[in-house]
Amino acid sequence: MRGSAAIVGVAESDLGAVADGMSPIDLMAQGVTRALDDAGLKISDVDGIFAATSQVRLSALALSEYLKIPSAYLGSTIVGGSSFMLHVAHAQAAIQQGLCEVAVIAYGSTQRTVGRKSSSAREHNPYETPFKPFLPTTAYALAAARHMFQFGTTREQLAAVAVAARDWALLNPKAWEKKPLTVDQVLSARMVSDPLTVRDCCLVTDGGGAIVMTSYERAKTLKKPVVAVLGCGAAVTHNSISSMPDLVTTGAVQSGCDAYAMALLGPAEIDAVEIYDAFTINTILFLEDLGFCPKGEGGRFVEDGKIAPGGSLPVNTNGGGLSYCHPGMYGIFLLIEAVRQIRGECGARQVKGCEVALAHGNGGVLSSQSTVILGAESTV
Amino acid sequence: MTGKPDSSPLQRYLAHLEDGELAYQFSPAADRPVFFPRVACPYTGNADLEWRVSSGRGVVYATTTVHPASGDPYNVSLIDCREGFRMMSRVEGVPSADVKIGMDVELRIIAQPDGDPPLPVFVPAEGQS
Repeated sequence: MRGSAAIVGVAESDLGAVADGMSPIDLMAQGVTRALDDAGLKISDVDGIFAATSQVRLSALALSEYLKIPSAYLGSTIVGGSSFMLHVAHAQAAIQQGLCEVAVIAYGSTQRTVGRKSSSAREHNPYETPFKPFLPTTAYALAAARHMFQFGTTREQLAAVAVAARDWALLNPKAWEKKPLTVDQVLSARMVSDPLTVRDCCLVTDGGGAIVMTSYERAKTLKKPVVAVLGCGAAVTHNSISSMPDLVTTGAVQSGCDAYAMALLGPAEIDAVEIYDAFTINTILFLEDLGFCPKGEGGRFVEDGKIAPGGSLPVNTNGGGLSYCHPGMYGIFLLIEAVRQIRGECGARQVKGCEVALAHGNGGVLSSQSTVILGAESTV
Repeated sequence: MTGKPDSSPLQRYLAHLEDGELAYQFSPAADRPVFFPRVACPYTGNADLEWRVSSGRGVVYATTTVHPASGDPYNVSLIDCREGFRMMSRVEGVPSADVKIGMDVELRIIAQPDGDPPLPVFVPAEGQS
């Protein structure tokens, strides 16, 4: 399986605040057509569709109708923001099995325009809802509180994650946030769910994007440098936060292990790390769970600029969900950035000599974890 | 088969709350508690889950103060109950900022307005230092 499929096209749709009346499927289609253009392929080449969004119940059907691809191999696994990492794994398997040859993976969201309440309505949970957790933030706040209790992690260390993301965003022309951010600004921002202020939380934007995948052999005939899928892993530990076995250890331990094993690589060989930073605590938890620092050391690991531009480990080089864009299910943007880093297309934020990148998706409330490791042709 | 079955796991749980009890399930085969209530044991798949009543003693596992856009801040906590299950609740009787991880707490079942079911909340345990 290692390296059997490749990502050959990537694109964002319009981001930030999109035109009135744009639908999530409009944004998916925009992403797909731009990503196909990036790959040098046409809609008529596509025979696999993978799609997910919180706003359209049958999104793979809707996209198939929209693009008039009636008999595509369909996948619509939805596990929140990590859905697209699973789509990559599923598309790789489908391509290897000959079930499809060219697959598109698409996402679209207009949550900023239509509002969070209508874009992703919360389900009633009789064992949680009566206590009015402000979800998802409260769930991540509980994890952050526990991490602070067990390991002495500080609010300043959490804030350092937001500052590093902002510093990367200032190097990305597509990023939503355009002004610098300081630790003090994060700490003094409006408290949402203690210890997380609004600056510890991801943005609320519109946006979408798409990825095109095909076999490694066919990828070598296309116009962009090959970016091979070297490893994939996924794990689900719970759905609601009160059922999470250990609030300071996520399923990323398992998903990372599986992805590294398949890729025959370890954390030391990753050149660029793209991890789902819905909240500042996420970056700390996932750096630990994916083996970039020991458990409990994440706060101290991030506090001195190590993950910021110029630091020793480039993390969330597009500015992340905290400062670049976050339409609700952010995972696809991690994959897009990882591909661009390996291709060397990232301009001012380019990681020098990037050959291997890791994209790690998170879904629900630390519930679903999915890791994808991508590599240049030289790594296959 | 006609008519509805006797009760769902949620109905049983709420009926205990109406009686002033916090109920949880216990799996004899797995020898461990199960919470939230289910129709089958997740460890064995057996449907023979026993209903038990909690002592109402627990420890705060994680805690946060929610600051709503309007209205007063309030506590949300995860409580590790003595019987070995964890649940979401809130700690009352002290300012939310004074609720600490590791604090011993005990159950209070409180009535709710508008016909909502009684709510299992916690307060600092007697003799809490």
